[in-house]
Amino acid sequence: MANTNKSVISALYNDDDVMLKSIKPLRENGFKIREAYTPFPIHGLDHELGLARTRIAITAFIYGALGLSVAIALTYYTMIIDWPQNIGGKPSFSFGQNVPAFVPIMFELTVFFAAHLMVWTYFVRNGMYPGRKAMNPDPRTTDDMFMLEIEYDGDDSELRSLLKDTGAVEINIVDQSTDEPSDSEEEVLEETV
Amino acid sequence: MHYESPVREPLITGDKSYHDITVDVAKPIETNAPRSWWIALSISLIAFLWGVGCILYTIGTGIGTWGLNRTVNWAWDITNFVWWVGIGHAGTLISAVLLLFRQKWRMSINRSAEAMTIFAVVQAALFPGIHMGRIWLAYFVFPIPNQFGSLWVNFNSPLLWDVFAISTYFSVSLVFWYVGLIPDFAMLRDRAIRPVQKHIYSILSFGWGGKAKHWQRFEEVSLVLAGLATPLVLSVHTIVSMDFATSVIPGWHTTIFPPYFVAGAIFSGFAMVQTLLIIMRKMFKMEDYITIQHIEMMNIIIMVTGSIVGIAYITELFMAWYSGVEYEQYAFLNRATGPYWWAYWSMMTCNVFSPQFMWFKKLRTSIMFTFIISIVVNIGMWFERFVIIVTSLHRDYLPSSWTMFSPSFVDIGIFIGTIGFFFVLFLLYARSFPVIAQAELKTILKSSGENYKKLQEQDHGKH
Repeated sequence: MANTNKSVISALYNDDDVMLKSIKPLRENGFKIREAYTPFPIHGLDHELGLARTRIAITAFIYGALGLSVAIALTYYTMIIDWPQNIGGKPSFSFGQNVPAFVPIMFELTVFFAAHLMVWTYFVRNGMYPGRKAMNPDPRTTDDMFMLEIEYDGDDSELRSLLKDTGAVEINIVDQSTDEPSDSEEEVLEETV
Repeated sequence: MHYESPVREPLITGDKSYHDITVDVAKPIETNAPRSWWIALSISLIAFLWGVGCILYTIGTGIGTWGLNRTVNWAWDITNFVWWVGIGHAGTLISAVLLLFRQKWRMSINRSAEAMTIFAVVQAALFPGIHMGRIWLAYFVFPIPNQFGSLWVNFNSPLLWDVFAISTYFSVSLVFWYVGLIPDFAMLRDRAIRPVQKHIYSILSFGWGGKAKHWQRFEEVSLVLAGLATPLVLSVHTIVSMDFATSVIPGWHTTIFPPYFVAGAIFSGFAMVQTLLIIMRKMFKMEDYITIQHIEMMNIIIMVTGSIVGIAYITELFMAWYSGVEYEQYAFLNRATGPYWWAYWSMMTCNVFSPQFMWFKKLRTSIMFTFIISIVVNIGMWFERFVIIVTSLHRDYLPSSWTMFSPSFVDIGIFIGTIGFFFVLFLLYARSFPVIAQAELKTILKSSGENYKKLQEQDHGKH
């Protein structure tokens, strides 16, 4: 583990605006928000959390360019080099003169590559695959609850009072099963809830 | 923050909370099906099985079982193909084009409209497949050397463009639909009580947890896919129209075909969305989400695209006369006054005349009337393709080979079979998939939900 003395608390909110407003005071007080789980995309959440812009659209452009190249190579090789044919008195000996007929193929393959490879990239970057265990720790976060996971050091009383002030309806210690000492720590902390 | 002008009607009626949306969307899956669902499924299944029988008979015996002849060598098969592809277009238009235009009313209908797209394209793809005759040689359409020697497919041919267009369209629509479905499958997974159900939705939801970064990527992917799907959907019917427009048959060889086909596709697709959603909202009590306003919006689109189609018909007639080409002139005269006059005038009545009723607010907000018009439009659009295809072919350049076309029971059986198959797929979808994009819909609850809009107005009154 990168940081064993960091503990994590999860705060549940029952309203998206309340959760969104609570992020700023938390971050200003030096707490790091590790993750947010929400049932739907919340406008401005990525900005509040300080997430970088996603570059997935750039990958789509690159994949599209790849698709276009594949289409050019395919039509050029099959129709001009490998087996040029004289179709309806219009011989296909030059790519330049035949390229208008290949535009639909080029367009379709550009879209095909851009769309499919981007979606594959999306799955890979998100770590999503069929049958993966649910990534949200609380099943209510796909219904109507909004969860923040916040890291803290040592004493959690400051964080707890801050969370209560910002409108959190439920506060739990996250059991980090990979962290060995968290067991004893958790018991102590749970008495203070 | 969630402000929307009070002039706009609420898109979600009833006092809904986020949890209510979850419950309402999950209800058709978690409860037993209404009797009407079983009746509809049984009828569709019978029609589907009848179609399977006719398809097997065609494959086993040959295309001779159809009503085609030497003169009319394309008829119901290609009519049905174009009809089904066209119906599919509305789904992509709703989910992609209306997303780019930020039309919020798309959110409660886009899931089902996209499902309709996918199921309609499945039906469409069946027809060229079986029309090949030897369907086991279907791999000939892929860019691999024929018989694995050295002869390739012909990239000059619009029929091959069609293969690429339809397969790209189908697969891209499918992933677009699925990317949007994942968060909703996750919602069903987290609610499921029965282990089998939980397991299935767990596999389908890919482990989705609604992390902030994942939502950020989700929105970007949706936007880019919408941007890609928009020109794609226009390209598909453009290329379908080129199957005809690049030929030298009078009545086909016209440059107006691509925009005219695309408008017709959207027209018929929205009509099919109306047919399906009016049944669905009643069967599964979705009236709070698919409101009269949604139906009215779609009726306006039907009216506009129907009028575009009407202008295209008239332009075609004018151009036939203005071109001075004798064959072209005859083809159109023959359509309107020849032996297939009834098909032409059915098309004109259903497609040009009937949508004009939508100018009246009373009519376009009437559910019963909308339902009737939606079926009339689809009958009309089927006739449009029949008129274009059969009336252009049946009297060609050589009068000695002029003939008529009459479908055999196999032609009719396959067509009815695809309608059955389509409804089987849609009915099964409606009971096992989240029929409304609930995650997306929750984003507009606070701005467009009825109870929240009332609160906004009260707030506004205070100041």
